Amino acid sequence: MSLRERLASGAFAITAEISPPRGADTGPIERTAALLRDWVDAVNVTDNQGSNVRLASWAGSLAALKAGLEPVMQMTCRDRNRIALQSDLLGASALGIRNVLVMTGDHPKFGDHPAAKPVFDLDSVQLLWTLRHMRDQGALLSGRRLDPPPDCFLGAVENPVAPPAAFRAERLGKKVDAGAQFVQTQYVFDPGAFGRWMAQVRDLGLHERCYILPGVGAVRSRRALDFLWDKVPGVQVPDEVYRRLRAVPADQTAAEGARLAAETIRQLSEIDGVAGVHLLVAGHEQAAPGILDEAGVRVSRESEGHDGR
Amino acid sequence: MTARPPVPAHPRLGARLAYRVQRVLRPRPGLRWLSARIEASGPARTLFTGAERQAKQALFGCRMCGQCALPVTGYVCPMGCPKELRNGPCGGVGADGGCEVYPEMRCVWVEAYERAAGQGRAADLRLLHRPADHRRWGESSWLNYWQGRDEGLWGS
Repeated sequence: MSLRERLASGAFAITAEISPPRGADTGPIERTAALLRDWVDAVNVTDNQGSNVRLASWAGSLAALKAGLEPVMQMTCRDRNRIALQSDLLGASALGIRNVLVMTGDHPKFGDHPAAKPVFDLDSVQLLWTLRHMRDQGALLSGRRLDPPPDCFLGAVENPVAPPAAFRAERLGKKVDAGAQFVQTQYVFDPGAFGRWMAQVRDLGLHERCYILPGVGAVRSRRALDFLWDKVPGVQVPDEVYRRLRAVPADQTAAEGARLAAETIRQLSEIDGVAGVHLLVAGHEQAAPGILDEAGVRVSRESEGHDGR
Repeated sequence: MTARPPVPAHPRLGARLAYRVQRVLRPRPGLRWLSARIEASGPARTLFTGAERQAKQALFGCRMCGQCALPVTGYVCPMGCPKELRNGPCGGVGADGGCEVYPEMRCVWVEAYERAAGQGRAADLRLLHRPADHRRWGESSWLNYWQGRDEGLWGS
């Protein structure tokens, strides 16, 4: 069952983020895919995450697909103009990559090539609009016809807690109008704040037009906690979460982080309009099965006979 | 696009006054006629474009993209966003409303939302801005506006 079908069936969907290797080998992706295959519906393959060069998102997506795990190809507006972005969608679709997640992308300033020229020819709303137009109208931005048009399931991201808070649900509405069919959010460490955003989303009826998957991260070390605390743009770690993860001995931070993630998943899954969860575990994907097991959510693959929910 | 990289600019013109001025500048037959005359003459066009650059740079930190979005962004220039986002803020806005790239500056979209909402114009921010035409950089956006060349800029 594809991610699109799974979401359409109303079942709780699970996706996880993986980051491609810094090197010319898809082996690490194949190994991660084998590890996650029985646990998630699809994996997001990041697009030079944090503006650091990695193996291309389309190539990583193809490797995951070949290893039997459905990919969500991430596509940022940072490195490619409208010509390259449209071309990439055609390539991805032709290779069997159906899920595409569109985002603005971090600024090059934060990565390993801060001297790079930022592109940002399109913004994420415009890119969603462009890709939907390619699929539904069978035409490029230029108006030229596509034969055949691409097939794609379009995703967007949103940060439920970033200012301007009153505009965040509206902004998702713009993305849904532009073409977003599912949304995966930035880290949610505060289910209460997420719930307030969800109430606005429901008021706008967006949960009926788009599948919403909150992002849940597992903090694996004190260093990772401090990094999330003040280095990752747009991430807000509430004081009580910080204190809780600091209160345990350093060698137990990972276990406590996993427990917290499992609790968060359980709380989020109770919120009306939440279609699934997106695990932000890039770089420590081996933590995912334990978290999902503790949270009591599993994907049901008919062939393997797991219990689903 | 231009030599000057985008940096968030705080507008020097109050939102209420800016919306008032907007009413005067709205396209009408007289302005359409005038703009056609200005465009027909090389020196007049250069002079007019230069005056627009001076005024809008001082008031809004304008970078002369040639397709002005100010009337629907609370008169805060979205081209000052380091990512030149025309459809709203990115996900990297700090908890204090600071820009991801220049944390000491306010995110232009946080300011745009406050100014537009303060004048009952928050709905403007829901408009879908189509991709910008990068051939227009350096042109007068007022002449383009009065000549009706902005009409494809918004809408689904």
